[in-house]
Amino acid sequence: MSSVLQNLVNQPYKHGFVTDIESDVAPKGLNEDTIRLISAKKNEPAWLLEFRLKAYAQWLKMEEPKWPNVHYPTIDFQSISYYSAPKPNKKLKSMDEVDPELLRTFEKLGVPMNERAKLAGVAVDVIFDSVSVATTYKAKLAEVGIIFCSISEAVHQHPELIQQYLGTVVPVGDNYYAALNSAVFTDGSFCFIPKGVKCPMDLSTYFRINTEASGQFERTLIVAEDGASVSYLEGCTAPKFDTNQLHAAVVELVALDNADIKYSTVQNWYAGDENGVGGIYNFVTKRGLCKGINSRISWTQVETGSAITWKYPSCILRGENSVGEFYSVALTNHMQQADTGTKMVHLGKNTRSTIVSKGISAGRSNNSYRGLVRIAPTAAGSRNYSQCDSMLIGDKCGANTFPYIDVRNPSAKVEHEASTSKIGEDQLFYFAQRGIGAEEAVSMIINGFCKDVFQQLPMEFAVEATKLLGLKLEGSVG
Amino acid sequence: MIYQDSKTLLDVRGLRATVNGIEILKGIDLTVKSGEVHAIMGPNGSGKSTFAKVLAGHPAYEVTGGTVAFQGKSLFDLKPEERARAGLFLGFQYPIEIPGVANSQFLRLAYNTVQAQRGKDELDPLEFDDFVREKMKLLEMNPDFLDRSVNEGFSGGEKKRNEILQMALLEPHLAILDETDSGLDIDALRVVAGGVNQLANKDNAVVLVTHYQRLLNYIVPDFVHVMEAGRVIKTGGKDLALELETRGYDWVSAEYRAGAGARA
Repeated sequence: MSSVLQNLVNQPYKHGFVTDIESDVAPKGLNEDTIRLISAKKNEPAWLLEFRLKAYAQWLKMEEPKWPNVHYPTIDFQSISYYSAPKPNKKLKSMDEVDPELLRTFEKLGVPMNERAKLAGVAVDVIFDSVSVATTYKAKLAEVGIIFCSISEAVHQHPELIQQYLGTVVPVGDNYYAALNSAVFTDGSFCFIPKGVKCPMDLSTYFRINTEASGQFERTLIVAEDGASVSYLEGCTAPKFDTNQLHAAVVELVALDNADIKYSTVQNWYAGDENGVGGIYNFVTKRGLCKGINSRISWTQVETGSAITWKYPSCILRGENSVGEFYSVALTNHMQQADTGTKMVHLGKNTRSTIVSKGISAGRSNNSYRGLVRIAPTAAGSRNYSQCDSMLIGDKCGANTFPYIDVRNPSAKVEHEASTSKIGEDQLFYFAQRGIGAEEAVSMIINGFCKDVFQQLPMEFAVEATKLLGLKLEGSVG
Repeated sequence: MIYQDSKTLLDVRGLRATVNGIEILKGIDLTVKSGEVHAIMGPNGSGKSTFAKVLAGHPAYEVTGGTVAFQGKSLFDLKPEERARAGLFLGFQYPIEIPGVANSQFLRLAYNTVQAQRGKDELDPLEFDDFVREKMKLLEMNPDFLDRSVNEGFSGGEKKRNEILQMALLEPHLAILDETDSGLDIDALRVVAGGVNQLANKDNAVVLVTHYQRLLNYIVPDFVHVMEAGRVIKTGGKDLALELETRGYDWVSAEYRAGAGARA
């Protein structure tokens, strides 16, 4: 590999600062008492504690999944703190009450809060370590009946909705990390769009892990009733630590008849250094249920961070004519490992799904696409189209594709396309011979490669994602 | 055309280069002045294409000796992109495909980069679209090529036209065209050669690397050089190409060896 190809991925992580905020951190370790402590700290009703304990009991019986194509030392779940909240942990009435140090953090992160939030017209919920700090625009959304708040708040304000939907898409014992999350989740976002309401603005959550040796276990629940629609954006960053931090989130989406949920993520958790020291273990369960007829759930993700990513945003297409979509760009560099993809489970008649996955590997990283398309016997006339493309930068990285296809109905139509390409010396030389330097060339090739996914992102996010990929690859091509 | 008051654009002295440790260029001398058209001919494996790539700075080749001055400055002090911005253009024998990158986007970025270098105005996408369509007419190219990915799925002839289109946009001081005629049918050859002829003027120069005399019927060279085993072994006028066409390369080779014997 030429030296040009070696320099483009070595951009320092710019979100790697630690905010000097005093945190209320629970002692390390996990047992029933920890769970009772979390539940008590959050002043939760008995049914939620029961939910947690049930999940914990299941988790104890489960084993860590070994099938992903990622390698890491065994996690010591007793060395993690399961609760960390910025102090003082009093209820905040307005943005002015937020710790200025915290606000400066979000400024550094480029989070559009305060005036910037209003200008951008984005309603933001910010999760700092485990606690939701501020939700902007709540009142305005309430006018049209939309509930957008932290999940802890929703537990108190709208217990009937939480009880009705929590754990219905991802059951407490769904998988190892979902069970762990169900036992110890500390906060997250709740969003409810009532019947017939089109959410007038994009809703947005920013997650940040700030405390070393704390895990982040947030829980997101989005419900769109009949004919409702919403576009939801999620962004993530974390400071640099030499130790690994665990992030095990659960996201559940429910779309009723004719409802439409679009969920976009730009994930830039700290990825560890170029030798693979530190970084976030991102073990996330995201699933949407297209419960009603003609409903639609669309996942778009740009995954650039984390030491290890293990994530399969999925759709259960139960309603007739419902639609599931998955658009993904996953970039790995240095020693990063990603095993990501989706599951499209077709249950209803004439359900349709589209999968577009773009994996980019650089450095010594390993990037796998893993996807399942299942057509149940009941899913007559269903269709799936999958496209999985991999791009390699340099010759020390790896790309894999594991597509699982399970068709149980003869009237279904399933298409799968895959390609692998490489940014080679000759392409870069061709650009150079036309006066275009290596970094610009790589950025152009990558953006072209990811075009089909980026055009699914809301404008503001698309610009951010484009810039982020450029930064991530800086120095990897030389 | 040879002009009285022309400037030296390229001055190559004793150029040696290796690839994977094997010496391909073994001491090349060549001087190109503004206004001139040079043809470099020679059998397969004589080092013609390597010479072209070394001048453009291809990273696979290592320069092991000699000097190259381009417009009075040492070429080896410049990175490949800096050579391009300084006005050195290589028309590729096998133009590279770049999936996902629209030709229009690529052409505009290249154009604006070179314009910026020359202190001239850059064009926005709309202005550029008008500008590039005019240039495409010169090469009888379908504007649909703007929306396609760079060279992807282009036929051999389309790729070569796209190369000359880039030359037309970038207006290089020195254009080195590596086997631009290979893979072209007679109509395409006429169009491509016509394009090159229209672009040639008294301030720039063209170096044609070619196997066949055929191209030289359309683009008439002032000098013809014959390469063998990494050296220029004979230089003549345009008639030399015709002579090579009828007699082949062996006699030049024999003559050179005899000369070398006499010199020894």
